[in-house]
Amino acid sequence: MELEKVIEVTDIKKKFGDNAILTGISFTVSKGENVVILGKSGTGKSVTIKCIAGLLTQDEGSLKVFGQEVKDLDTDALKALRCRLGFLFQSAALYDSMTVRENLAFPLKRVLKIKDKAEIESRCIEVLQAVGLSDAIDKMPSDLSGGMRKRMGLARTLIVKPEIILYDEPTTGLDTITSKEISQLILDMQEQYDASSVIITHDIPCAKITADRVLIMNEGKCFAEGTYEELANSEDKFIRSFFK
Amino acid sequence: MPNQLPFSSTLVYLADQAYFFKSFFRNIFKKGFEWEELFRQSYIIGYKSIGIVTLTGFILGIVLTLQSEPTMKEFGAESFIPGMVSVSIIREIGPVIIALICAGKIASSIGAELSSMNVTEQIDAMEVSGANPVQFLVVTRILACIVMIPLLTIFADAMALLGGFMATALGGDISAKLYFTKALTILDYSDVMPAVFKTVLFGFSIGFIGCFKGFTANSGTASVGLAANSSVVTASVWIIIIDAIVVQVTNSLLYS
Repeated sequence: MELEKVIEVTDIKKKFGDNAILTGISFTVSKGENVVILGKSGTGKSVTIKCIAGLLTQDEGSLKVFGQEVKDLDTDALKALRCRLGFLFQSAALYDSMTVRENLAFPLKRVLKIKDKAEIESRCIEVLQAVGLSDAIDKMPSDLSGGMRKRMGLARTLIVKPEIILYDEPTTGLDTITSKEISQLILDMQEQYDASSVIITHDIPCAKITADRVLIMNEGKCFAEGTYEELANSEDKFIRSFFK
Repeated sequence: MPNQLPFSSTLVYLADQAYFFKSFFRNIFKKGFEWEELFRQSYIIGYKSIGIVTLTGFILGIVLTLQSEPTMKEFGAESFIPGMVSVSIIREIGPVIIALICAGKIASSIGAELSSMNVTEQIDAMEVSGANPVQFLVVTRILACIVMIPLLTIFADAMALLGGFMATALGGDISAKLYFTKALTILDYSDVMPAVFKTVLFGFSIGFIGCFKGFTANSGTASVGLAANSSVVTASVWIIIIDAIVVQVTNSLLYS
């Protein structure tokens, strides 16, 4: 039986001024699947996931999330859709003026409308335990290391239990050991929350650990697609260059 | 992209401001008003500015008194000093100077904070999480400025009168009761109300410009400094323009 498609990207194009970033990319993501997107810098990977999250709108083509065309959604419908999405930014994008607890409570109060303090507290503790940061609940983001910030960003993304998680370079700037821990965490989260994920990365070990399917982008479109092993053993010089 | 002509880029800039204003206004009345954040911002904008506002107001009162004293003495009009200080501080000098000080302190701080949130994708993170960044960041800051700038100005005016009294009392024999009676009885609603109204507009312009510059900053850390700097300059210019307009309107309505 074919799995339900949660993301369907069909021939989308996006320009910034005269600079064409996306030139007709197409792919799908099934429920519970981890899709890793590889590609050189500037090939439009981040633009693609920002279009999926509705932060940018494509110029042409169709982009459906849970069967809904994202660019046609009004503010309220887009907000409702975003409640089912999680986005881990490259910089983790933690709110600097808030403690870890307040960062985690922010989406709970505003997105899930939870008012009960005890429930907020228990959810914060649960998600911090899941990412191994139980001791950091009262710290400010400025007191956290790079790896801890990524974990914390992941915790804030996961706290609303999203059905789709978009990761923008989750292991960039981290040492090898922490990168592996974060990659394993992504996999654990997929199993624990049954979430579908799109993971943008340059980190091949991360791709190897997390990917059900790998997509290679070049010049704004999909160049190759397959499992990690298929692409790693490809005869194509360009594809192989990513895995060396 | 071809460079836009100055006129068309000005129109685009004005259209962006109009759109931002519309977004601010609509979000005031949307469900889920951020009361807690409004109080937090009022505390930051109001309470944390009391020190500089007290010092500025107090010194302003002293300087104005000391500057006018010799001339007033020459004409034998020392008894008018409290009234003169009171009217000039409350009608014009207090609101404008305090607004300019607040433009430097508050507009720059809002511009820098929001632009750094923009650069580090914190605003995108708020938006993508399904929260409303305009309601949380913009509405609360602008409303806090609208409420707190008039209060800070009233407080600074009181400090200026106290400074004026200290300067007068040090140079001559005058009781506090006599000084403040003379300073306050000369005031009329037509002196106080337009001044308070003016400070509400100053508060709006400080909050609005700071938020607009911060929210629309380009990516890159250099834009944080630019947003802070541009917030102060633009808010200061708007304060002067608003002052000129309100004085003209007040004069034609109340004194013509």
